[in-house]
Amino acid sequence: MATKTGIQVTPPTDKPAVALSKEEVMRYSRHLIMPEVGMEGQLKLKAAKVLCIGTGGLGAPLGLYLAAAGVGRIGLVDFDSVDSTNLQRQILFSTSDVGRPKIEAASDRLHGLNPDIQIDPIETRLTSENALEILKDYDIIVDGTDNFPTRYLVNDACILLGKPNVYGSIFRFEGQVTVFGHPGGPCYRCLYPEPPPPGLVPSCAEGGVLGVLPGIVGAIQAAETLKLIIGKGEPLVGRLLLFDALAMRFRELKLRKNPECPACGEHRTITKLIDYAEFCGIRGEEAPAPQTTVPEITPRELKARLDRGDDIFILDVREPHEYQICNLGGNLIPLGDLSKRVNELDSSREIVAHCRTGKRSAEAVEFLRSAGFRKVLNLKGGILAWSDEVDPSVPKY
Amino acid sequence: MAVKVIIPTPLRAYAGKQESVEVQAATVAEALTSLTSRFGELKKHLFAEDGRLRSFVNVYVNDEDIRYLQKDQTRVREGDTISIMPSIAGGSRG
Repeated sequence: MATKTGIQVTPPTDKPAVALSKEEVMRYSRHLIMPEVGMEGQLKLKAAKVLCIGTGGLGAPLGLYLAAAGVGRIGLVDFDSVDSTNLQRQILFSTSDVGRPKIEAASDRLHGLNPDIQIDPIETRLTSENALEILKDYDIIVDGTDNFPTRYLVNDACILLGKPNVYGSIFRFEGQVTVFGHPGGPCYRCLYPEPPPPGLVPSCAEGGVLGVLPGIVGAIQAAETLKLIIGKGEPLVGRLLLFDALAMRFRELKLRKNPECPACGEHRTITKLIDYAEFCGIRGEEAPAPQTTVPEITPRELKARLDRGDDIFILDVREPHEYQICNLGGNLIPLGDLSKRVNELDSSREIVAHCRTGKRSAEAVEFLRSAGFRKVLNLKGGILAWSDEVDPSVPKY
Repeated sequence: MAVKVIIPTPLRAYAGKQESVEVQAATVAEALTSLTSRFGELKKHLFAEDGRLRSFVNVYVNDEDIRYLQKDQTRVREGDTISIMPSIAGGSRG
């Protein structure tokens, strides 16, 4: 896994926070006048070191609230650059940040919010090789990542180092938050010993997220982090908080420490970090699941054949709301409906199936071939590749 | 016994897009069998080839994990809620 610029951890300033300046007293006055925080709590915040893994949707509100609250040292781990699709939810960034490394834009924003705190910009992808070295300097780790390999990596590293892991995840309208790795509490592997195989993870058809959802979930992670630091209240340990923004409802499930847990159980088998890409069945973080090879046609070949006037039936297997964003004038049968609507298709005609990226339509092609269709091809790279290679006026999403 | 099974968002596409489904069952196993007989596509997402619940899918009766009750033989009562909880990884990219 490539590192863009290597790790730039500022050396720790291990001076205890002995007092607040006059300006800090003013800045934090709404904390100081609450007995639950007070001067004691504010000094704990000043002395605290929190590592935020990911500066995306969850990391944005988290970073902002931790910086605003006066957490003395905040580490930020990310390797991405800001792109325009981030702005719908990643409120750390402005339109003018598009193209900048996230770490750089985030550091500037947090410094602007609170110049008294230390920000450690760590522009790298967290790996089994660097995780323990990066995490060891911090008191609390907050996981705002978006993929299984990093989730398991962060969990195992936190357990090995004995650090709490404030966990949040989001999907469409739903979020989950809990605190793993707290003394006596469960860890991520107590809940899910193993990740799902890549083929069974929801495809891009079911993706997407309501922009405000990571704001709510990230803010809850921030609240739990601040509570852990000041040692007040009831931490979200052994409880999985579920939030549904559509129903506007919170629920809670009990999380128990699994005595058989491979990471934190009595007979633990995980004593060092492993290859998490392999563990999750993927080679490389962003690599798609190994796909069964189905017969394909490239966008350019398809365009040439359509221009020649060949009789080709274009089958669009995306969802109706995706069709509204852009389409190739194809016939819409969402992948999930294909089995019951297969009789609408004429097996004597040549069929080219497409979706957004070519993944769902590959499934469709496989299904149709197993159903006896012989002349069916997958549009390689989907409508995104069509936009790149044939018609740039087709918007990408 | 009528119990409510809450379908998690990622699996709703395989359950007629419903948020929850009411089934008649006396145990968790019966409830899940009833569910997958109505929605065949759900089966491979919930159960491995050997018929056991997949390790990345947890099932709760009300707020308790059935792994710490009687697993799929956990009895359910009228009005109980069964939650299916697959692991989701989403963060910044959702």
